[in-house]
Amino acid sequence: MSAKRTGKKKTEESRTVKSFDPLTPDGLRRVVITGAGTINALGHDVATTLEAFREARCGITQLDFRDVERLSIQIGAQIHDWRPESYFNRQQILLYDKFTQFTLLAAKQAVGQAGLNFQGKLGLRAGVVLGTAGGGLNTWDDNYRAVYEEGKNRVHPFVVPKLMNNAAASHVSMEFGLRGPSFTVATACASSNHAMGLAFQMIRSGAAQVMLTGGSEAMLCFGGVKAWEGLRVMSKDACRPFSANRNGMVQGEGAGVFVFEDYESAHTRGADILAEVVGFAMSSDAQDIVMPSAQGAERAISGALSDAGLNPEQIGYINAHGTGTAANDKTECAAVAHAFGHHADRLMISSTKSMHGHLIGGTGAVELLACIMALRDGVVAPTIGYQEPDPECALDVVPNEARDAQVDAVLSNAFAFGGLNAVIALRRV
Amino acid sequence: MTDTVKSRIKELIAEQAMLEPDQISDEATPEELGIDSLGLVESIFAIEEEFDITIPFNANEPEKSEFDISTMGTIIAAVERLVAEKAA
Repeated sequence: MSAKRTGKKKTEESRTVKSFDPLTPDGLRRVVITGAGTINALGHDVATTLEAFREARCGITQLDFRDVERLSIQIGAQIHDWRPESYFNRQQILLYDKFTQFTLLAAKQAVGQAGLNFQGKLGLRAGVVLGTAGGGLNTWDDNYRAVYEEGKNRVHPFVVPKLMNNAAASHVSMEFGLRGPSFTVATACASSNHAMGLAFQMIRSGAAQVMLTGGSEAMLCFGGVKAWEGLRVMSKDACRPFSANRNGMVQGEGAGVFVFEDYESAHTRGADILAEVVGFAMSSDAQDIVMPSAQGAERAISGALSDAGLNPEQIGYINAHGTGTAANDKTECAAVAHAFGHHADRLMISSTKSMHGHLIGGTGAVELLACIMALRDGVVAPTIGYQEPDPECALDVVPNEARDAQVDAVLSNAFAFGGLNAVIALRRV
Repeated sequence: MTDTVKSRIKELIAEQAMLEPDQISDEATPEELGIDSLGLVESIFAIEEEFDITIPFNANEPEKSEFDISTMGTIIAAVERLVAEKAA
């Protein structure tokens, strides 16, 4: 009998009870992850990506695309061996921008792992919410080039359906027959975390039974990198989060997609549960369009803990936003130090962007894989490229080598340009 | 030429800082003029466009940049050098 139905408030103790209970102590539906998929510079699937995390492998290389020689920033975590014809037919390739292609590949992996079939009633109770910042940026870039540079006066009829930010979510819904709540979130670098947080809330509230969620980005083209160059926050040589000699962010590309599912349904069908999603919070700095605020970040961190019913001491690992810019990393460390007090010195915090780059709107999704690895495999992904301690980032950043550790609960941070913050909490099941 | 470069930079900075060009002293720092990090990046862009030069500046490590942004005087000197190099 649930607390909601009995009207009884459960004790604190019951929160740690492992036996099956479909509802939280507050009478809300519990949400678990039953499938994961990805493609990024470290690998074309989850297993390869996690292996790269364990081996502290770097996916950042010399960029390779048209007009790269005209860029002052020429490195990125690019997926070099991407052959869409291995996964899609000619007609699909004409219709799918790269960000949609990445999304569909990751979604197929996730659904395959979850072992779900959305035909019939389940499809009506299932949806997809994804994050992206640039959407079909390669399509914009190619077609602007065609009309402006090459002087063409005609573009392909699929330009609009290819470039629209919701294209990936719509194609996922069509691929699997997801007929419930489906949309796209664009909050720059926090897009995926916002998307996953909303998916979590929809299942928790009972609005959906299953949600495909995560995000993708394919911004590594001439126009995409040229735009970022303008801000002068990009590194020309490496992404070194938290290191005193860090000199900026490095872009990446790819996708991460997860199956979020109502715990009761996952339990009933005997699904393999990767982790439980227990909390989510959003905040807005309402302050500056690019400079982050420690207070705004801290409110999202503390909010996620409170939403999850977790004490700060229960968090063993944080996947940092950790962009490798001067401003983000010190602000984020200040926010964590303030939110966690003494426990900030005991928890581990790493930035996997040092390996897979900054996937902008898709970054939180790929980073959630590191959170699942910590909970499920007891391996904490490192911050690679770490060379010099920075007194303003004086936390355990898991430098350069992965670490074995038992972790019971984790947070994943995302703090976007525009001051929009989104933090997710996961727990081991 | 030097005077022209200097006065044009002051005009550009003044526009960014919403001041008059004669209020921009050589000793003033960007902070004193109320120019924040984004304003600085914008000013550097405006200077690059004006003189068709490329200024080596990374907002993550301004102190390590060859382009000294500590005061208006150092900015002007650095731009004058880049303009001279371009002409050479």
